[in-house]
Amino acid sequence: MQRKVKLTCQNVWKLYGAHADSLLTGDTQPSDADLQRTNTIGAVRDASLEIGEGEIYVIMGLSGSGKSTLVRCLSRLIEPTAGKITFDGEDLLAMSSKQLIDLRRTKIGMVFQHFALLPHLTVLQNVCFPLDIQGVDRLTRETRAMEMITTVGLEGRENYFPNQLSGGQQQRVGIARSLVGDPEIWFLDEPFSALDPLIRREMQDEFLRLQSLLKKTIVFITHDFDEAIRLADRIAVMKDGRIEQIATPEQLILHPASDYVAEFTQHIAREKVLSLRAIATPDLTAREFAGDLSGSLKVAEAADVIEGANAPFRVVDEDGKPIGQVTSEIVIDVLIGRTHR
Amino acid sequence: MNALIRFFRAPWTFWIALLLITWTLSTWSFPLYKALDARWIIRFPSQLQVPLDVWLTAFFKWLQNDADLFFFTFRDLTRFLSSLIEWPYDQVRALMADGFESGQGSNAVEIAPPLSWIAVIFILIALGRYARDWWLAALVGGCFVYLAVFGQWDSAMVTLSSVIIAVPIGVALGLGIGILTYRLPWFDRLIRPILDLMQTVPVFAYLVPVLVLFGFGPVAALIATLIYATPPMVRIASLALKSVPTEVVEAGRIVGCTERQMMWRVLVPSAMPTLMVGVNQVIMLTLNMVIIASMIGAGGLGFDVLSALRRLDIGGGIEAGVAIVVMAIALDRLSQAFVRRPPSAILPANLGTLRRHPWLVTTLVVVVVTYLLGLFLPAVQSYPAALTLTTGTFWSDAMEWININYFDTFEAVKSFFLTVLLLPVKRFFSGIPWAWGIIAMGLAAWRVGGWRLGLMAALMTTFIAASGFWAKAMITIYLCGVSVLIAYAIGVPLGIWAGQNTRVNSVVGAIMDTLQTLPSFVYLIPVVMLFRVGDFSAMIAIVLYALAPAVRYAAHGIRSIDPQMIEAGLVSGCTPRQLLWRVKLPLAAPSLLLGLNQTIMLALSMLVITALVGTRDLGQEVYIALTKADTGHGIVAGLCVAFIAIIADRILTALSKSSKQRVEAA
Repeated sequence: MQRKVKLTCQNVWKLYGAHADSLLTGDTQPSDADLQRTNTIGAVRDASLEIGEGEIYVIMGLSGSGKSTLVRCLSRLIEPTAGKITFDGEDLLAMSSKQLIDLRRTKIGMVFQHFALLPHLTVLQNVCFPLDIQGVDRLTRETRAMEMITTVGLEGRENYFPNQLSGGQQQRVGIARSLVGDPEIWFLDEPFSALDPLIRREMQDEFLRLQSLLKKTIVFITHDFDEAIRLADRIAVMKDGRIEQIATPEQLILHPASDYVAEFTQHIAREKVLSLRAIATPDLTAREFAGDLSGSLKVAEAADVIEGANAPFRVVDEDGKPIGQVTSEIVIDVLIGRTHR
Repeated sequence: MNALIRFFRAPWTFWIALLLITWTLSTWSFPLYKALDARWIIRFPSQLQVPLDVWLTAFFKWLQNDADLFFFTFRDLTRFLSSLIEWPYDQVRALMADGFESGQGSNAVEIAPPLSWIAVIFILIALGRYARDWWLAALVGGCFVYLAVFGQWDSAMVTLSSVIIAVPIGVALGLGIGILTYRLPWFDRLIRPILDLMQTVPVFAYLVPVLVLFGFGPVAALIATLIYATPPMVRIASLALKSVPTEVVEAGRIVGCTERQMMWRVLVPSAMPTLMVGVNQVIMLTLNMVIIASMIGAGGLGFDVLSALRRLDIGGGIEAGVAIVVMAIALDRLSQAFVRRPPSAILPANLGTLRRHPWLVTTLVVVVVTYLLGLFLPAVQSYPAALTLTTGTFWSDAMEWININYFDTFEAVKSFFLTVLLLPVKRFFSGIPWAWGIIAMGLAAWRVGGWRLGLMAALMTTFIAASGFWAKAMITIYLCGVSVLIAYAIGVPLGIWAGQNTRVNSVVGAIMDTLQTLPSFVYLIPVVMLFRVGDFSAMIAIVLYALAPAVRYAAHGIRSIDPQMIEAGLVSGCTPRQLLWRVKLPLAAPSLLLGLNQTIMLALSMLVITALVGTRDLGQEVYIALTKADTGHGIVAGLCVAFIAIIADRILTALSKSSKQRVEAA
């Protein structure tokens, strides 16, 4: 399924240092040695990506990998040193500050790691804030904000101040605020990193539920590979300012592009990510099959059935066409993390 | 040569050698001058002196008389500025103290009386209740009732009017400049050294130009107060805006705030708690200036203290001094309560005005009712004179009694300190030949902070010598040094004790809070009463004033040590004494140095005030310049004090930085 492209960036660089601008004037791109010699920090290096409409695009990387800088370049909170960014085909970097303010007011929402709530405003006023500064009248904005507060499950707390709420609740306010203007693209910068593991899990579920209702285009930043696998349609893995690999969670696990990526995928519960389609062998010559299984089933979901039968199962696609077979050996391989023989 | 270098590199030999050379030169400089007949050894050659003071005086004369800024003269500008402040000040003062009048001088007819004393006290009680609770309301109300009962009401209201005018202007100005520093990095770089200088230049030094430019009177006093009270607000505003979390700023930008919305709807409100600390600072500094500003024409309590001091009227001085303290405590607690006040609950808009703003409504009613009643009942209008109490005679009698019965004891203490400590140190510093002073200062600064610092220190010391204030500067350093030493010797152990014991901490903390609330002038009153004028009185006043930071920083340094470090020490089997000396003190060292720095700064600022009790230092020079309205002399002497302060500050900052690195690297 081909999605319409919503946001792209091409060869985006963000350098910090006294010589940041001069390094990128020529056609040649600066090497690691160039950067080191001029005492320049390459926060984002030559990043290119395409984000499709309605997609959950996760940018994953450890701290210092440049993921936060990249997302800030995408929203132009940080001016990239070089490169091109388009939003709905429009050149984002060429926009005047007035156009940018307009764009942000109507089309962009963002959630921050430490919530970034205004301490002097109540929950309701915080959620209202984006509409308030646009001059929306009080009744409209408060009605709309109450809707959002209800959506994130904070009704009854609208007159609390941020410091009277728990971390999870504060982030719900942050989410409500980012969605109150009904943005087309939704940036989430490590939204759950500051939360306890249990709350984090709960918020991830909440996030998936919201997305199933809202169908926004989402750019989600995280340092947690599990979180990335759980939420993403596609993942871009970043290291030292560069994008190492862009792939679906499944592809990433099956075909990590580098040792660095493989390092992350090793400890992932593969059976929950891989589908039967991905592990099926194209061999359809078995004498008998125990039955047909849909290719979109995850291994974990089908494991019991497969291992309970003496014969392999045939894997079929959405149209019922056979695409291969799975045996209990293959399932065991996946479960114990043995790579394909 | 190599041996020499190694000798200089050894940690202690450098300092011992420097001290020894200085001591030798200081002791023998006079005989040396006699023997060689080289007067330049002890006196800076007068033909090389830079007559900066003369130039400055001429410059100000020119500004005042002839300066023409194309469209208007400088004099027009100062007149315009004064009228800008004068009008609101007159209104507030009429409202609080004098009543509204029409006509001039003796033909004046009172149109309307000032606010009734009951109304003022009620307003303050309501503010206290609104800001925190009934306890604060009672404290603030009690303080102002005291002012009424002890007959200080009228002066207090004059002082309060200048606070009411100075604080909003100072806060607005400080916030405005703070915003500029936030928006424009180059402006920030430009203004930072100016702020540093402003903080170290003694107040008296700019009283002189203000006096020359704006004339004697309440407006000049207000302007001097603003110059004194605004810089900390600039600093705090700049810091507060910069420490708004980046994410909050980004959140503001991502929802599409314009620049203006960003500032007033995101940055300033988010920074509000810190900004309120700045407001509290401005209030306290304004009150601190009350007495000093009365030298150039502010009336009120400050004037009462000053004239009592000049008359050596013990009772009157103490009464007015206590009144300032009482007012300072009330306003300090009130503004601190506003700093800590949680945002109030939002009440539904459909409630009536009375239900939503009960205090505002009640206060308005009380003000109007007392105002109308006051027209018929004089007792409501102003506190009946027959009911005022005075403690003046009590204080005078008490002082007299002490002086009669304990005169010898006090004299003995005083002469002991003078002979054992003050005079030898004074002799040491006064004897240092100026040329060696410059070299020694440069070397010391170089040793601590590199050649750049060394050069700066040497240049500043040269300025002091070249402007002809060497001898006075040495006396300044001696007096300041001895006082700091004593304040530190008392303050640090006290602070360490407080840092390790919560109960001690609450007691000591409360005492230090009160000491810091007192305007610096107040310290002079009892000291002069007991020890009369002279260096010793000055020293005690300085020690009292400069004690607080020594205690505070020591306590803070001990308390903010990572508990794990202490646990590690305990697990290693430290005795309490070892724990203190081997773990806590080394870790608290940066904080202790910072405390020393603050102690020196406060001591220097107090030194100028002690000029009133007859010291012979730079402060005295500034004070003399003030009484003669000699602009150049005052500014240059003030700059010398500022340079001493800056050198001390930079050296200690460098020391503290290196000790901090050591602590953090561990």
